[in-house]
Amino acid sequence: MINLEKHVVVILPHPDDESFGAAGSISHFRSQGIPVTYLCGTLGQMGRNMGSPTFANRETLPLIRKQELKNACKVLDMDLKMLGYRDKTIEFEDQMEIAQHLKGILEEIKPSLVITHYPNYAVHPDHNALGAAAIKAVELMDERPTVWAQAFARGFKKELGEPDVINDVSAYFEKKMDAILCHDSQAGGIIGPLKNYKELGEEVLQEAKERFGTEEFFTWQFSV
Amino acid sequence: MKPIEVESVQQCLDDFTNKQVYIHVETTNGAYASHFDDKAYNVGAYVRNAQVTFNQAKIVGDGNAYRVGLKTEFGWIYAEGLTDWVIHEGSKLLLAGHDREGRLMVALQISETPFNN
Repeated sequence: MINLEKHVVVILPHPDDESFGAAGSISHFRSQGIPVTYLCGTLGQMGRNMGSPTFANRETLPLIRKQELKNACKVLDMDLKMLGYRDKTIEFEDQMEIAQHLKGILEEIKPSLVITHYPNYAVHPDHNALGAAAIKAVELMDERPTVWAQAFARGFKKELGEPDVINDVSAYFEKKMDAILCHDSQAGGIIGPLKNYKELGEEVLQEAKERFGTEEFFTWQFSV
Repeated sequence: MKPIEVESVQQCLDDFTNKQVYIHVETTNGAYASHFDDKAYNVGAYVRNAQVTFNQAKIVGDGNAYRVGLKTEFGWIYAEGLTDWVIHEGSKLLLAGHDREGRLMVALQISETPFNN
């Protein structure tokens, strides 16, 4: 991995997107002393995972996820700014308004790199919408940082080709798992038995390492 | 939340009857349903903080999962698959149905004050 960054800003909509999608890369930047700031779009208010076994409900979930988010950011040693949007509604907001909101923050932080979701190839409508707004925000800036966009929709490589940024983050595997496991209300429902990867023997450990050992991104090519 | 106790829930429903209340009603199978299974569909709907008054309310079920129907002046509010309940912040009735992994599939919530968060 190249380490020429001054400041990295991660823009993703849900508490846990940062841990599943970019914890290894974030850990790498932090290990080089590069500041990282997470702009987290929502509190995941409408998530259907309520802990496994269930310990949250629709009304307690936002506060629980806010605390989980803070804990994960502590593990990853990055700054956190919560953007205050509501889960599942980002695509219905005015995209330019969100872009201007993001642009204002980016102009203050002056990052050299922005990490976000690849619009239309990131499965969840919030991912696609916030990714599009983040790219729009950078497009509007006079001095543009590099943008890494993360895609994971079915068959994305057929349409987009191979990602040009492939980060081997196996060295940060444990830290990434620690960050994921901060999101206790979500982790069980998403990674199932991998939640207990430490107790499940070599085979499960290998499976987890394979699944979380690489983080891939496309460097965004601005057309204007 | 805890498994639905039908008499207690019915009592709560009766207490909300003929009052102006806020409703949260929701169903979801998650935003990733068709990502993990290309034969599945993403389906969901929610209404948050609709202000209604119902004049009749009943919970019915077989001991595992329950249905609730709220009769209003011009129509109905309905939810099925409800398994658990809790009183939130002392006065808000939360009902939800969870799958065997504990994921929320359906919710019906009633309160005299708006749901915040």
